[in-house]
Amino acid sequence: MKKLYGYRRPDGQVGVRNHLLVIPASVCASHVASKIADAVNGAVAIPNQQGCCELGPDFDVTHRTLVGFGKNPNVGAVLVIGLGCEGISTSDVAKEIAESGKRVEFLVIQENEGTINTESKGVRIAREMASDLGRMQKVEIDISEITLALECGGSDTTSGLAANPSLGYVSDKLVDAGGSVILSETTEFIGAEHLLAERAVTPEVADDIIRIVKRIEDKAKSIGVDLRDGQPTPGNIQGGLTTIEEKSLGCIYKGGSRPIQGVKEYGEIVDGKGLYIMDTPGQDIESITGMLAGGATVVIFSTGRGTPTGSPIAPVIKVIGNGDNYLRMKDNIDINAGAIMDGTETVAEVGERLYDEMLEVINGKYTKAESLNHKEFGIYKLSSTF
Amino acid sequence: MLKLAVVAHETDNVATTVKDLKKGENVLMEIHGKGEVRVELQQDIPFGHKFAIEEIKNGDGILKYGEPIGHATEDIVAGAYVHVHNVVSDRGRGDIKEEK
Repeated sequence: MKKLYGYRRPDGQVGVRNHLLVIPASVCASHVASKIADAVNGAVAIPNQQGCCELGPDFDVTHRTLVGFGKNPNVGAVLVIGLGCEGISTSDVAKEIAESGKRVEFLVIQENEGTINTESKGVRIAREMASDLGRMQKVEIDISEITLALECGGSDTTSGLAANPSLGYVSDKLVDAGGSVILSETTEFIGAEHLLAERAVTPEVADDIIRIVKRIEDKAKSIGVDLRDGQPTPGNIQGGLTTIEEKSLGCIYKGGSRPIQGVKEYGEIVDGKGLYIMDTPGQDIESITGMLAGGATVVIFSTGRGTPTGSPIAPVIKVIGNGDNYLRMKDNIDINAGAIMDGTETVAEVGERLYDEMLEVINGKYTKAESLNHKEFGIYKLSSTF
Repeated sequence: MLKLAVVAHETDNVATTVKDLKKGENVLMEIHGKGEVRVELQQDIPFGHKFAIEEIKNGDGILKYGEPIGHATEDIVAGAYVHVHNVVSDRGRGDIKEEK
């Protein structure tokens, strides 16, 4: 068994990266946060577009996502930047992240004479934090301490027949090794939810699965349109996917075959071992953002058409089911599962290659999305801002 | 021999191509639990798209992965192209009134 190394956090959790994260409490602080991160080697900011004038569930989702990102074990230290008058409290976000034991500082623009002074103060704090993070040593970790997020996007019919089954193989292998896995994208359970519900560990979990799918389907219906206006996407249809049911049945293969332990709300921390479902939309960036807020440390992203998506705080490994598109999108794809389609490689063979790639990435190998600085981030919204 | 098309489940009535296939081609598929099925294509079928492996009547379910993925909106003969022009989804349909 290959030895694995990661960063042990004060709360005992394990990260596979060691980012200094600059979190803007709201969209009004995003520019200053980005300028600070740009000035400091080892720092990264998230482009928060929310954080103010949000009501009820949207406010909660934004708050939970920002705190979850700060608490994510791939983050070694955090600087929170606020404007001062936004709905999300800068000091509350900082305080909640600090419960994880990692170093957290915050600055409020309105209390620091505006952009220029906040930036210069922020850069000084961030420089010192980044320097400290650089001294942190990796220690030996166990595979069971990894939380893997599963994502699929830019799908065609090879996603469900090749890429997702190989990812399902990895998911099962990690669950069997004692790790945690998150399956998401509720829209893409429509038509396949009965198969997931059969795998729930309790009747309550099965009900939760059916409930979140009904909720998203009713929401689409309430707009009075055919869901096909958005799902499958035009690219999905060009790739041969005919209906949301077909897309969903292919999608859930990435969740393998192990029992489903529970259903989490968007951005809620996944604190157990085994396979969990998180209620996220099918939109890739928002879905990945939710799972990282929930504590995932590695993402594997399956595709058929190829996509470039990365993350500010986690490695995103791409696996593609379409061999022709692998050649077209080679800059962005880590593993080619195309040979499953014509039968020259088995799902288990590709699954083993993908699992080994994940171990390499855990140990520090940059994924293509990481080396190309892809840092997509987006928070799920239920309604408008007010 | 390289495969030309994949049938995901023994109860499926459609296959997915694994390369661009031409009208008139004879496609032989090995279906797990069912044996060999041979179909002559009625149209060109692009890579990754579907064709019927048996006759499908207007209103019948389209089965892939052993599950319904929608229903046919016309009669479909074996070997014919199956996609958004002759299949509709049964889910998320806010455009039609639900039958209670």
